[in-house]
Amino acid sequence: MIIENSDVILSVQDLTASVEGTPILKGLNLEMKAGEIHAIMGPNGSGKSTFSKILAGHPDYEITGGEILFYGQSILEMEPEQRARSGIFLAFQYPLEIPGVSNLDFLRVAYNSKRKHAGLPELDNFDFEDLVHEKLDVVKMDAAFLDRSVNEGFSGGEKKRNEILQMALLEPKLAILDETDSGLDIDALKIVANGVNQLASKDNTLLVITHYQRLLDYIIPDFVHVMEAGRIITSGGKELALELEARGYEWVREEEALEVAR
Amino acid sequence: MGIQTITKQGYLSELVQQVQQVPMVKSELKELRDRASIILEELALPTKRDEEWQFTDLADLYAIKFTSPPPQTELDSGAIEHLILPEAKDSHLVFINGFYASKLSSSAALPAGIFIGNLSQLPDAYPIQDYLGKQQGSTEIFTAINTTGISDVAVVWASKDVVVETPIHLLFITTTGDTPTITQPRILVVLETGAKLTLVEQYVATGDSCSETIVSQPYFTNGVMEIFVQENAVLDHSRIQRETSAAFHIARSAISQAKYSQYHCHTISLGAKISRHNLDIFQTGEGTETTLNGLTMIKGNQVADKHSNICLNYPNGVTRQVHKTIVDDRASVVFNGRVFVGKKAQQTNAGQISRNLVLSPKARVNTKPQLEIIADNVKCSHGATVSQLEGDEIFYLQSRGLDQSTATSLLVEAFALDIVNKLPVASMRQILAKCMACKTMVV
Repeated sequence: MIIENSDVILSVQDLTASVEGTPILKGLNLEMKAGEIHAIMGPNGSGKSTFSKILAGHPDYEITGGEILFYGQSILEMEPEQRARSGIFLAFQYPLEIPGVSNLDFLRVAYNSKRKHAGLPELDNFDFEDLVHEKLDVVKMDAAFLDRSVNEGFSGGEKKRNEILQMALLEPKLAILDETDSGLDIDALKIVANGVNQLASKDNTLLVITHYQRLLDYIIPDFVHVMEAGRIITSGGKELALELEARGYEWVREEEALEVAR
Repeated sequence: MGIQTITKQGYLSELVQQVQQVPMVKSELKELRDRASIILEELALPTKRDEEWQFTDLADLYAIKFTSPPPQTELDSGAIEHLILPEAKDSHLVFINGFYASKLSSSAALPAGIFIGNLSQLPDAYPIQDYLGKQQGSTEIFTAINTTGISDVAVVWASKDVVVETPIHLLFITTTGDTPTITQPRILVVLETGAKLTLVEQYVATGDSCSETIVSQPYFTNGVMEIFVQENAVLDHSRIQRETSAAFHIARSAISQAKYSQYHCHTISLGAKISRHNLDIFQTGEGTETTLNGLTMIKGNQVADKHSNICLNYPNGVTRQVHKTIVDDRASVVFNGRVFVGKKAQQTNAGQISRNLVLSPKARVNTKPQLEIIADNVKCSHGATVSQLEGDEIFYLQSRGLDQSTATSLLVEAFALDIVNKLPVASMRQILAKCMACKTMVV
């Protein structure tokens, strides 16, 4: 929802970044305020996933220029865990499997690291288990998944649900969903989207990164941005996604070319 | 004969002399000793020139003169209580420096039809002469050294169709003294037709639960275990070895599996200066099931060598092997996994995976799957990976608020716990989990 005069949570200014010397982001600008849901769409290789990893602090990318402000503070020097603890969350496109670590333990360690950061006492096993059982309902997840190793042997849909469960526990201020719809059938998509919608509030902001309009039928964005070659080339409301779906990315490129020509 | 060879033969005969000084608990053992002495006349101590010892140099072992420890080192039960698994409170045997400690052992919890104890306690009715020293591989040199000095045997014997729920714990403790000592544990396990039991075999130094912190004299544990799993019998065997970083541990477990038997083995090797474990499985009938899970975790200058050898000569055998190693600092691990599938072993299904996690640029891994397949209708697979920790895995954990060192130790721990969690005895899993947490802690 668009709220007048709400806090700016994320402000990305002229961001440029490269990986192993190859520029990937080439002057990206984005502002996200509390309450808003933003979607970034764009063809393969446009830099969408790179952008999401950079926000979360992936060490493989080098920031070559520009700024990322989170609540007005630069996060460029912050380690990934510091960003996570201060309220940035990335739901991975391909959540990693960690054989040998129980999902419950993993969730508890993650949750407690955030509590510790906030100066709160850590929850013990029993209290945490109560909390996690409450949150399971957000993504309609079976409690049996808590005893299994993190993501090991999970189906695509189960992995994505597990990501949203983590989001539900960590209650981020900025949640980035990187192609959360990839590999999901329609039922799983609905469950995941429904979970995300329950977690969206006037106090946080969501960045939904996707190839397809399909996810945006369920998570309705306030803003849609189109990314191409490391920049956002056009932005609009939710109707932009429909137009993209109907006309393809080529149409945006042509529009942009016309714009430049004028 | 070169000078070096003569010196080495001199070393061998001195060692043999030492181990033969340990008194026999039964005079019948003399025959085994004599036979091994004859075998030893034809054998020489291995060097890196021997293919089987290519990556494990025993020069440091040969540089030390070991003597047999005096009997009756007293440890009171309080000193070892914490080492006994609670599940095996009344079903355990304790050996100290190779000598049976009857006061510290107990079999009170076991049902009729299962014997545990040392050789002198074993009733005469048991046909031990058909089993002891009868397993294949008696000409392997360290097995022969063990046998030439055989003095007592830890015996576990389950009679026909006896199913034992209570796990049995065999604990071998070395109390390190002022001079380098050699001890030679010897174990015989017989599961008669249809018997079923769970066995935990454990090696530690002194009474301390953590051998890592102990500064000790060098000592040498040279163990031999013979296991007979008869028709339809099921054995779950965990082997936990943790010696001090001055210790040498060489051991061989030889298992024969009759038809439709199951043997599930978990070997956890947590270090010694040099440790070597030979694990030999001999199939003696069809339809056997074999699981070998292994974990080696070492650091410093330690060397840990695992040679497994599965010999299949009958149809419809299923084997599953996962061997994992974690190697840090300048440590070096060796894994040689031989699987022999003979002409008659049709419809064999054998899988082997060797996964190695290298935590330091100076650490070494030598892993070698060795599949020899003669039968033409079998399914055999193997795979080996040597890797460092994945940057993406660490990033995933960091993105959930864990700092890098916590993330790293969690991942290393997880790699190890994957094997530890397969152990059937809960308290052993917990002890090892704590141990892993401690070992992976970033200082």
